[in-house]
Amino acid sequence: MKTKNLVIALAGNPNAGKTTIFNAMTGARQHVGNYPGVTVERKEGRVKYKDYDITVIDLPGTYGLSAYSPDEVVARQVIIEEKPDIVVNILDASNLERNLYLTLQLKELGVPLVLALNMADVAEKNAVKINYSLLAQLLGAPVVRCVGNKNEGISDILEAVVNRYRGQGNIKERQMRYGQAIEAELSLLQEKINWGGAPAQEIAAGAETYSSLASPLTSLPLRWVLVKLLENDQEVSRQLAAVQDGQAIIDGVAQSQQRLKGILDMELEIALVEDRYAFIRGICREACERGALDRVSVTEKIDNILLNRVLGLPIFLGMMWLLFQLTFTLGAPFMDWIDVGVSSLGDWVNANMADGMLRSLLVDGIIGGVGGVIVFLPNIILLFLGIALLEDTGYMARAAFVMDRVMHKVGLHGKSFVPMLIGFGCGVPALMATRSLENPRDRLTTMLVTPLMSCGARLPVYSLLIAAFFPAYLGGNILFSIYILGILLAILMAKVFRAWLLPGEAEPFVMELPTYQMPTLKSILIHMWERAWLYLKKAGTIILAISILMWGLLTFPTVDNQGAEWENATVQLENSYAGQIGKAIEPVFRPLGFDWKTSVALLAGFGAKEVVVSTLGTLYSIEDEEGLAEETEETVSGFAERARNQSGYTPLVAYVLMVFTLIYVPCMAFIAVLKRESNSWKWPFFTIGYTLVLAWVVSFIVYRGGLFLGIGI
Amino acid sequence: MKRTLKELSPGERGRIKTITGNGSIRRRIVDMGLVPGTDLIMERYAPLGDPVEIKSQGFHLSLRKEEADTIILE
Repeated sequence: MKTKNLVIALAGNPNAGKTTIFNAMTGARQHVGNYPGVTVERKEGRVKYKDYDITVIDLPGTYGLSAYSPDEVVARQVIIEEKPDIVVNILDASNLERNLYLTLQLKELGVPLVLALNMADVAEKNAVKINYSLLAQLLGAPVVRCVGNKNEGISDILEAVVNRYRGQGNIKERQMRYGQAIEAELSLLQEKINWGGAPAQEIAAGAETYSSLASPLTSLPLRWVLVKLLENDQEVSRQLAAVQDGQAIIDGVAQSQQRLKGILDMELEIALVEDRYAFIRGICREACERGALDRVSVTEKIDNILLNRVLGLPIFLGMMWLLFQLTFTLGAPFMDWIDVGVSSLGDWVNANMADGMLRSLLVDGIIGGVGGVIVFLPNIILLFLGIALLEDTGYMARAAFVMDRVMHKVGLHGKSFVPMLIGFGCGVPALMATRSLENPRDRLTTMLVTPLMSCGARLPVYSLLIAAFFPAYLGGNILFSIYILGILLAILMAKVFRAWLLPGEAEPFVMELPTYQMPTLKSILIHMWERAWLYLKKAGTIILAISILMWGLLTFPTVDNQGAEWENATVQLENSYAGQIGKAIEPVFRPLGFDWKTSVALLAGFGAKEVVVSTLGTLYSIEDEEGLAEETEETVSGFAERARNQSGYTPLVAYVLMVFTLIYVPCMAFIAVLKRESNSWKWPFFTIGYTLVLAWVVSFIVYRGGLFLGIGI
Repeated sequence: MKRTLKELSPGERGRIKTITGNGSIRRRIVDMGLVPGTDLIMERYAPLGDPVEIKSQGFHLSLRKEEADTIILE
């Protein structure tokens, strides 16, 4: 049998479980979160069903299809321009009214729909009885029951898609009707326009050439275009103005708007929305039976505690504190195991290979560099476990709710808190998460201050320095102070940027607080796996490349040929390229208490922050070869001990180094994504510049302040 | 005297009369189903006093007080 290609798009409200269905359908590994707008990227997957090869596009979660939010514009664009064969509208069955609002707009667009009522089990538990066949009849689209997170009904959706595509199922298209006055204007306009062909006026005037309105718009129902124009949709009117006689249509609609203004008792835009909701309520009255609801739900009971006026903030701060204890304390034993493994591998290579350049490259460059990175994998996995739990339970939206007052004060949005929180894991997904911010200024400000959220890649640097220079009982507090410093600086910079760089109106905070959910193990595991893999890929590629580059910079020019004066490896190091660069920039770092080796490590950290550690490791393991011939069994503390012995840092300098690492230039990956997300090189370069200056100034203050007060010297 | 959503205390109910304001904020509010005639209940204020949480048509929504102030109640 020949397979046929089919393209479907998944549309639905945020939190309707669209991503879960997408995963269940295609098996794609994609993160599922509870925060509205987590699916901001274009996701595509494939599934074979019967003799169909189906491409599935996961649209951004939206409440409507207006031109106000980028997510909605994107969803609309995909439907209009890519023309999927079928749009599968995923609805939260326990919240049908609001979810059907999008359905109506999809219907107006004239796309063939299949409705999937997700979380049907939750609805049934809440005693909501839905008459599926009646609903299908009223809406003119097949309706399927499904439970995404239990894998129920997925094949039913595909079956309905295929049937709909084949034109089976006896579906009668029904059109929703607006109020009388609006409908009268719509038919008046429709009569005047020969849509997709030639303007009626021209036909009447007997024009010889008919202008075909060539644009993706003209393949859409005229009714939809007119409704959008009545709503003052800037996007549609911009596109329409570009096609021939489009302006005439726009003018005609403007006249209708004028007439309606005199008739309607409310503004037209609201009247249109109200009519839609009135229609939906009518449908729900017929097809749904509500049981004895209005009891206090579990979510409300939980929120009575978590969002309590007195307890809300301490609970929130406690959660954040727990997140870091989880990451730091629980990760330590795993780190030791990995470290032992990596160093025994190095020892084994040392014992089984002839001395020479290749062995040096392998042990010092590759094993040393990458080993110093994967040793911190447990930290990253645990941190993302925590973040995944916060997102998938639905607490993340509450965090935004609790924090909005503060965020709004500095000119940001409660939603900005989420990308910034994700920024603690990695700046790259954080940048992507800023897409849920509708206001471009809010979004850009958030993107610019996100690097001040100390990402997971910086954690290795802190971990090493804390282990080496501070007593164990102080470790957690030192770490916490660094994170707090980052947050305070982010607040400060956001205020500065919002006041001078990007002044303007703040974004609305109209956000759904989703029902709490038990996170599924699968989605947590997918999330952790995704992040760990991302980190390892970075470790495997960029970091390995930089480790080798660093090894090269440290090894060349070789001084093996001449005389006894080069015997000392430290001298070799000083004369290597790295040493030369480090010395050249040392004067800049001197006032911060950094020597040239630290300068070299910071330089290497441009590539990726975790490289600061591996470079310090490389620098000191090379010294070891001349100094200490025999090494005892290594652990993280062994590594740290060496750093302490060899670097000659005081605790103050170590702390300043942590501060500098926190603030200065985000990694290459961040810069690359920032370029893509902000669509210009201006902002990446600006970010590099401002973080460097800020890092230097703050480090200087901390160092000089510490010296003055006599702390940690 | 006009009463707005902002003036409701936690636990108080109201019915939307109209929505002032304009642009994306108003559109977002009405798209969420907060159209004239809709019943709602003020659930709580955030721990720091702003934003507020309301419940309407079975779902929970948060908005800032300045936004709640654009929702005029009957």
